[in-house]
Amino acid sequence: MTEVEYHPKHDLIREERFPHVWCPGCGLGIELQCYLNALEKSGIPQNNHVLVSGIGCTARIPGYANLDTYHTTHGRGLPFATGMKIANPDLKVTVISGDGDLFNIGGNHFIHAARRNMDLLVICSNNFNYGMTGGQHGSTTPPTSKSASTPYGNIEPTFNLPYIASALGASYVARWTVMHPRQLTKSIRTAMDVKGFAFIEVLSPCPPNFGKFNGFKDGFEEMEFYRKSSVVQNDAKLEDISIDPFHGKDIVLGDFVNRKRASYITLEHELIDRIRGGGQ
Amino acid sequence: MNFLPPGKYFADGNFALTEGAIHAGCRFFAGYPITPSSEVLERMSIRLPEVGGHFIEMEDEIASMAAIIGASNGGSKSMTATSGPGFSLMQENIGLGVITETPTVVLDEMRGGPSTGIPTRVGQGDVMQARWGSHGDLAPITYAPNSVQESFDLEIEAFNAAETYRQPVIVASDQVIGHLTEILEVKNMEDYHIVQRETRKIRNGNEGVYDYSRDFTPMFEAGTGFRGNVDSLTHDERGYPSNESSVEKEMLEHLLNKVRKNEDKIVKYEEFLVEDSKLVVVAYGITSRSVKQAVKEARKEGLKVGMFRPITLWPFPEKRIRQLAEQSKEFIVPEINYGQYSHSVREYSQTEIKEMHFPPGAVPDYRVILKEIERCLK
Repeated sequence: MTEVEYHPKHDLIREERFPHVWCPGCGLGIELQCYLNALEKSGIPQNNHVLVSGIGCTARIPGYANLDTYHTTHGRGLPFATGMKIANPDLKVTVISGDGDLFNIGGNHFIHAARRNMDLLVICSNNFNYGMTGGQHGSTTPPTSKSASTPYGNIEPTFNLPYIASALGASYVARWTVMHPRQLTKSIRTAMDVKGFAFIEVLSPCPPNFGKFNGFKDGFEEMEFYRKSSVVQNDAKLEDISIDPFHGKDIVLGDFVNRKRASYITLEHELIDRIRGGGQ
Repeated sequence: MNFLPPGKYFADGNFALTEGAIHAGCRFFAGYPITPSSEVLERMSIRLPEVGGHFIEMEDEIASMAAIIGASNGGSKSMTATSGPGFSLMQENIGLGVITETPTVVLDEMRGGPSTGIPTRVGQGDVMQARWGSHGDLAPITYAPNSVQESFDLEIEAFNAAETYRQPVIVASDQVIGHLTEILEVKNMEDYHIVQRETRKIRNGNEGVYDYSRDFTPMFEAGTGFRGNVDSLTHDERGYPSNESSVEKEMLEHLLNKVRKNEDKIVKYEEFLVEDSKLVVVAYGITSRSVKQAVKEARKEGLKVGMFRPITLWPFPEKRIRQLAEQSKEFIVPEINYGQYSHSVREYSQTEIKEMHFPPGAVPDYRVILKEIERCLK
């Protein structure tokens, strides 16, 4: 038997920080690996990649990556990243955070970062609940499903994240699950080259919380359910793809949007050149 | 125009604050419009592109504060400007700036409160918010200018303090100073001391993001190859999060001591006729200008009264207040609020304090203060 001396990605991770904090059956390890695989293939120097997050289970991903990493306050990863990217546009800034962080407490920041077409890659891990605080419901909890704070079933409609991102003008929009690691890696890799706002929703199981409350016996069963409920449809009509798997509706995945639209950084640099070029 | 050329200007406080920041090297501004500080945001939108800096109007003050911390970590000296309601929203990320040791400058131009209060008129109700507004233990640095000249000069000093002590530094001005027009004298650029940021780029072996054995460790900026973790969680010197009380103790004592141990260097105040005074009036910001007038009038009557004006509200000028307490049997503390800074004056001086409460909306009338001086000394 061969001894493994190094983690195959030892230069991309902080080995001394493992084991990680995530629960058995969680999808976040897969998500981290997909990101790192995409980073390796990106051709962008490792030192130029920066990871920013808010607060929550997903927000712990940056702490394991051997990059300049910033674990900020709840919901505020996007404005933090906005400032950083503007200050140093050579950086490839990726914001990786959860659905609660990006769309509940950080919802206002999301709509404005997308509207500005800010040059950021945003990976939103959606596990349909607040994982770190014990599985309470949020704006992404599917209709009628249970959570620590919807014991009688959720009566609120959910956010349809790709539809929101697209409507706001994001340059790139996709949705995958952690059971589609190859497609997810490719999607992240593609998004790393996008000028402007790139958004990827990643569905991920939360076995001790959302999974448990909704009758899945473990993480694998929950992942399997999402995989079986999924169909890939790149040209899907985005207004129709809200997530409602417990009423027999397919989960629609795909690379939905990849369009050229002037990005914030491009326009800001044009402005600065115009002002500094003329009449000093 | 790069820097405001040396010379005399007839300018308002908001102009001075903006130009002072640009002199200090501010190259990133994120803000949200709010009366009475909007002119700072507006002028920054003109000036920063001219000097190759960056201006962005954010969706709210929470985002503004987050953006300037991000920009500072990205390599720009950064600031925001706001007033009471926005300052409340910024408290969360002021804490982020403290725990991540990120230099930024926050201008809070005080107006009437609570809540929306009197947006267009003066108040001094944020001085305790500057001290205790963000949760947890902090050692804030807060400057309170009382003139257009000081708005310029202290803005530079605030940036220097932010870079030196690596934390958000607050400039607590007020609506009247912001909109007051008077003489501003700008010196040659080389006559200003500007602290340039020191950074670390290459990481040597196990070198930490922080070094708690030293008060000051240069920060690293994103993208330079340091590969550090900057965390809002309580963290050890490596920058890694921890739940250990011992780590919290080590981190927190470092955050507090780097300011507390240097209070003598940071604290600034102005004294006016205190040498022989039996009574000292403690006042800051716009109120100090009414007090100065009252003291002058009282002196004409032969009353031995002086004024002590903290220029740094925080750290509190504790040593000097204690000394003054030995010569003066009483302090008067007039403020445009219902008693805030007076609590600290009482705590540190351990003497009788006469609070004078002025409602937000107007500059205190010096004659009211004069009457109080007369009542105390006659």
